[in-house]
Amino acid sequence: MSFSSEQESIYLARRHRKAKLFALFCAAITWSGVLLLGILLYQVSIDGFRWLDWQFIDSFPSRFPERAGIKSALVGTVWLICLVALISIPVGVSTALYLEEFAGKGRLAKIIEVNIANLAGVPSIVYGILGLAIFVRYLSLERSLISGALTMSLLILPVIIIASREAIKTVPQSIRYAAYSLGATKWQTTWAHVLPASFPGIMTGVILALSRAIGETAPLIMIGALTFVAFLPEGPMDSFTALPIQIYNWVSRPQEEFHELAAAGIIILLAVLLIMNATAIFIRNKTERRLK
Amino acid sequence: MSQFPDPAAADQVQIMHKKSVLELRNVDIFYGDNRAVKDVSFNIRRNRITAIIGPSGCGKSTLLRSLNRMNDFVEGARVEGELIFANENLYGKDVDPVSVRRRIGMVFQKPNPFPKSIYNNIAWGPLINGYNDSTDELVERSLKQAALWEEVKDRLHDSALNLSGGQQQRLCIARALAMEPEVLLMDEPCSALDPISTAHIEDLMFELKKKYTIVIVTHNMQQAARISDYTAFMEMGDLIEFNVTKRIFTRPAVKRTEEYVTGRFG
Repeated sequence: MSFSSEQESIYLARRHRKAKLFALFCAAITWSGVLLLGILLYQVSIDGFRWLDWQFIDSFPSRFPERAGIKSALVGTVWLICLVALISIPVGVSTALYLEEFAGKGRLAKIIEVNIANLAGVPSIVYGILGLAIFVRYLSLERSLISGALTMSLLILPVIIIASREAIKTVPQSIRYAAYSLGATKWQTTWAHVLPASFPGIMTGVILALSRAIGETAPLIMIGALTFVAFLPEGPMDSFTALPIQIYNWVSRPQEEFHELAAAGIIILLAVLLIMNATAIFIRNKTERRLK
Repeated sequence: MSQFPDPAAADQVQIMHKKSVLELRNVDIFYGDNRAVKDVSFNIRRNRITAIIGPSGCGKSTLLRSLNRMNDFVEGARVEGELIFANENLYGKDVDPVSVRRRIGMVFQKPNPFPKSIYNNIAWGPLINGYNDSTDELVERSLKQAALWEEVKDRLHDSALNLSGGQQQRLCIARALAMEPEVLLMDEPCSALDPISTAHIEDLMFELKKKYTIVIVTHNMQQAARISDYTAFMEMGDLIEFNVTKRIFTRPAVKRTEEYVTGRFG
């Protein structure tokens, strides 16, 4: 077989065409997702924008739409997310560190690994039932913020663990060897080098997981977050409501105005999500630059 | 296989014994069932450079890593025989590998600075080992010893990853020296470097042997001939010959060694 220059240039053109086509295909897929999100946001803003004002943010729910607000839900969500972060990040990252750095490659580690991967796929309502049985009933934590936070933490732990493990795996072995060769113990090596080097990746996983927790409704309904709360929670043992619950409640009412209130609530929810993600990404990028 | 083939060299056994820092006695290293190093014995002398040469896969890096228990991290690796360091077997029951590594430092094949500042790269090791004097001084001294001070003194707090490959490797040497190790192990330290950086590091090693004992694994026979005082030639896990470098390269006792150093195989 030989290459005639004419034939080669035809083949080359064909190969380039294929590459271009594939790039176009990928771009189309990407943009269709963005487009759908855009349409959704547009619809929601049209419905909800006229209700968005300080009064809406600063009022408790009411049966009169013009007086109703989301204060208690917003504060409840902020409480919930802070508690979830406090519980799930240390537990999740420690688990990932243990599995990657300390547990070895034994059978037990394999079993744990498969189980965690499975847990990531369990429907959120099942976590809700679990939370109801264990935290609300068995541990008598009642329908409190802490019950909600513990349930949500269970829900997002697998995601945090899997993402953190992947991040820890990307830390080059040579860094660990360098530390060991200086007489560092395993813990010193992990704490001073492995954890900081994997921090940006861990943060990415945490951001994704917490965003999911913010939007989850089913487990909270299950453990009995209230739908009409005219007070603010003052501690983790207080009962509470959260944004998705409030939105769900409004959507299920017959009056048109409440549907628009739900839209306004969605905008607030998205704003909270955006602020949270932006903060986390900011922190991540800052540490990333320091590491480089 | 005789390690000290003629009487002149046999005299050296006595001297070597007294001044040796590390003694390898019938060392076997296994990876699972695979015997990667077979019954190796020789002594490593204080303030000298000992080179280990041999074709790829002959077990030289494996042997080097066993000298400061870095093999512990390789799954299935097992060491038999004795490695005597400071009157103690490195693989004895009561020996803490962490303290072994603190006293026997290592420089790796590819420069592997921590993704931190130049300063912290050097100060970290001593700090975690309880060093409580001024680290500023220590950092300066270590960088000077590694002939890197002049190039980096104005940017000690820049990331080490901005340095060139040769500078990174000298930083890794400085980092190891900051621990004031009794022995410095170097695993093909120049194989990822250009000729100028290589020359830098070789010059540096001449300086270092006044204070330290160096064991270097190298692929490069010219390098072994240039810098080392003693050379061990290995093949397929066996120590074929160990002698004064000059001898290995001019009048080796074993035919196999001669064939290797003259480039007829390997």
